[in-house]
Amino acid sequence: MSDQTIAAGERAVTRSRTRPEANRDENLLEVEDLSVSFVRRGAQPVRAVDGVSFVVRPGQIVGIVGESGSGKSVTSLAVMGLLPQRGVVASGQIRYRGQDLLTLGAKKLSDLRGREIAMVFQDPMSSLNPVIPIGTQVTEVLLRHFDVSRGEARAEAEHLLRRVGIPDPGRRLKEYPHQLSGGMRQRALIAIALACKPALLICDEPTTALDVTIQAQVLELLKELVNDLDTAMVMITHDLGVVAGLCDFVNVMYAGRVVESAPRHELFAHPRHRYTEGLLASMPRLDHPRTEPLRPIRGTPRDIVSWTKACAFAPRCDHADEACMSPDLELVLDGPGEHRMRCVHPAPLASDVADDD
Amino acid sequence: MLRFVIRRILLMVPVLFGLSVLLFLWVRALPGDPARALLGEKATPESIASVNAQYGFDKPLLQQYLIYTSRLLRGDFGNSPRTGEPVLGTFIQRFPATVELGVAALIFAVVVGIPLGYLAAKRAGGWLDSFAVGTSLAGVVIPVFVLAYLLKVVFAVGLHGPLHVLAFLPSSGRQSARIDATHITNFYVLDGLLTREWDASWDAVVHLILPAIALGSIPLAIIVRMTRASVIDVLNEDYVRTANSKGLAPGLITRRHVLRNALLPVVTVIGLQTGALLAGAVLTESVFAINGIGSYLFTAISNLDFAVLQGFILFIALIYAVVNLLVDLSYGVIDPRLRTR
Amino acid sequence: MTILDAEQGPIDEGLFDPPAGDERGTSLWQGAFRRLRRNPSAIVGAVIVVAFVLVAIFAPVLAPYEPAGTQWISQVTPSSVPGPSPGHLLGLDSFGSDMLTQLIYGARQSLIIGVVSTTIGLLGGAVLGLIAGGLGGWWDTGVMRIVDILLSIPSLLLAVSIAAVMGRNPFAIMIAIGAAQVPIFARLLRGSMLGQRRQDYVLAATSLGLRQRRIVMSHVLPNSLGPVIVQATLVLATAIIEVAALSYLGLGSADPAIAEWGRMLVKAQDRLQSDPRLAILPGICIAITALGFTLFGEALREALDPKSRR
Repeated sequence: MSDQTIAAGERAVTRSRTRPEANRDENLLEVEDLSVSFVRRGAQPVRAVDGVSFVVRPGQIVGIVGESGSGKSVTSLAVMGLLPQRGVVASGQIRYRGQDLLTLGAKKLSDLRGREIAMVFQDPMSSLNPVIPIGTQVTEVLLRHFDVSRGEARAEAEHLLRRVGIPDPGRRLKEYPHQLSGGMRQRALIAIALACKPALLICDEPTTALDVTIQAQVLELLKELVNDLDTAMVMITHDLGVVAGLCDFVNVMYAGRVVESAPRHELFAHPRHRYTEGLLASMPRLDHPRTEPLRPIRGTPRDIVSWTKACAFAPRCDHADEACMSPDLELVLDGPGEHRMRCVHPAPLASDVADDD
Repeated sequence: MLRFVIRRILLMVPVLFGLSVLLFLWVRALPGDPARALLGEKATPESIASVNAQYGFDKPLLQQYLIYTSRLLRGDFGNSPRTGEPVLGTFIQRFPATVELGVAALIFAVVVGIPLGYLAAKRAGGWLDSFAVGTSLAGVVIPVFVLAYLLKVVFAVGLHGPLHVLAFLPSSGRQSARIDATHITNFYVLDGLLTREWDASWDAVVHLILPAIALGSIPLAIIVRMTRASVIDVLNEDYVRTANSKGLAPGLITRRHVLRNALLPVVTVIGLQTGALLAGAVLTESVFAINGIGSYLFTAISNLDFAVLQGFILFIALIYAVVNLLVDLSYGVIDPRLRTR
Repeated sequence: MTILDAEQGPIDEGLFDPPAGDERGTSLWQGAFRRLRRNPSAIVGAVIVVAFVLVAIFAPVLAPYEPAGTQWISQVTPSSVPGPSPGHLLGLDSFGSDMLTQLIYGARQSLIIGVVSTTIGLLGGAVLGLIAGGLGGWWDTGVMRIVDILLSIPSLLLAVSIAAVMGRNPFAIMIAIGAAQVPIFARLLRGSMLGQRRQDYVLAATSLGLRQRRIVMSHVLPNSLGPVIVQATLVLATAIIEVAALSYLGLGSADPAIAEWGRMLVKAQDRLQSDPRLAILPGICIAITALGFTLFGEALREALDPKSRR
């Protein structure tokens, strides 16, 4: 597979990029104080994302980790401008190369989508249109953003499918999604997302719906492709294992807020927030004695306090006390490499949780 | 694909067989002597004897049924005792008028209903949505013949007073008497096109407007509802989100990703409306004096002409089965998932 | 809900927001009722239905005159019918009766026809549906083939053929309209019973050794009733409209002493151009009553739909 990949990659790179070459020190994406609320008539508005900030540099792989309901997927949809048009209030700023996407017009936003910022979704079964051939679903994004003929788009689509490791791509182009396996469909979705060589790729749990054996392959493929294309990636996941092998920088979210953010090695070596610590402790590890039990976090993500009253994680935390009841805890700088956390009783630095680096 | 078609046609056989049994028993269940029931009030001892000989009503029940079905298979649906004409011949002669009306009604319903249902779904909860829901409710709760009469009085006959200006359409028939049109197929619009008699074609179209709107109100209501519900479902599908994430033009997303999927259930519903459309034609044709099978059946019902009723119901069931077969086949064309299975 | 142990600190219970949209402890029907009360079109429908039923029941109290009184026939001429006046708020009809009285008694007739024919359709459909869905196997196949055959005949024509056999009397019309709904009810009941049979709780009941008949009667049937009740509400609307259509086809009740909206409408045809009031008033009564049942039925369907429960 890799021979083909590289060959196709070289060919693809020959097409000149029309966007300005980025200054590598400049942030590609800056999310600042993003809040998203869902408003329903006759009900209290639900704040799904609550003052989230993070940055993505060109070519960087950033992870956003959290349980379902932590606001990580809503964050990614906000960046794509794909939030529902009604019943949603978003505030703050999402700056892509300095342009605020939240205030950008619909036409300009759709010029960016698929061309500059692309997305791979969670469920490959439902994310492809069942009544349109795969080929059309790949070529339509090329025809939208590049001035190419149908024939050229078709040839490029075939190269793309080959590049993501789909065998016999010429035939597959004419087939429909239901004729492909789950793994193949996710590869096709990746081909679609990377068709225009975007500068930023957002992946929302791209492997959750796949078999475990396929998961690793798809992650490996993504890593290889974004590396080849020099594309930055935001990886949304609930799985710290995915983050461990992939991300440069990690943001941990809980109940709509970032509770800890740090470079990957720093986070795994010195988790400070008790939630991060709990996540790590609940992961099975090969380098720990087999007799040592896994320590799951108590309760469920439904047991949540409002951040405006106390630490939202307090009801599930072994270390919670009165101090945790202060409203709106700050995300404070704590440690090297922009390590930040939002905790009154952080895990001690001499933690023995992880020393594998 | 061919195997699918053959299987579907074979599945129609037991339904039509069962229906012939029911219709056969139905005439036997009519009050009094079956020959007298078939003949109605004009029965004379001689005509009763001739009908008895024709249908074998004096023979055992099973033998009677065999006689009945063998006649059906030969295309003999019996004669109308009122007019003496063969039932099937009259159907075939009058059928084009009904098909023309039914197709015009469907075109009206589709052309108005699908855009209305789509826009209602896009702005669910808005005023256009309320209007669409109102339209579909009105189509359900207003009886067809009432709507037909209202349209006829307002737009053809004319009300007394200032509203009379609205009456600019013909009130009855399929074509104006002043037009001396050549008829080949008995589809008047088509005939005009074939013979290049444009004015004849146009005149036939003008005559179809009011009946088509009245009859089209039945499928319109259902098409609006189905389109609205189906588009709302599809708009929430992941693949529409994928299409949006590609930055595609809104028009392309609507056509290729939303409508192509949303219209699948609508097509099925249109097929299932065939029966209601033919039943509605009975009422509509009689209001607008159109010489189709609907007005023929209307006369037959008023005169309790059971031979015609019997044949008509079988005929409708056959059309219904064929139309739904065609719908299923078109489904295979639109939905690739059904093609390969 | 109490997450913290007492020893771990005095975080009071009030801090914890109750989980939004919690429906534990409310049954299907309680939930449906709550959703109905919040739905404006359900309220409009219910108001129309209740008003219609009250008018039908208290017709003798509400109507200003005796029904089918033709005492003012002398005022009716071939070219005109007297319009509204202080003595006759909605004018006379073409038989010389008071329009308002006839409309009020018409509600009574529509209610009787609607309820009786729906009951006939429901009972007939329930018997067939129970046989097919409850017994399964060959019973299922046989019954459903007959239902398929009947469904290929439009319900209006089915009603026409039955009415033709029974002759022209009011009861025949009710049986005809009701019987024409039997196949629809049968298929609905069977479909929802089969859906329920596949549910896990039936499997659980079977594995507990409960007898088949007991499972069907005490578990499957109650849970299958929702769609049937919705359909019954909608059929009431259909019945009121179909009576009018049958009247138009000349199969309506032959007794002119009974006030019936459908026949009033049909009789007004000749005077449509000169006096549209004669047709419009009964037409509005039919449409509004049908609208009431339709709105309420649709709202009930929505309220019982698990997909719309949030």
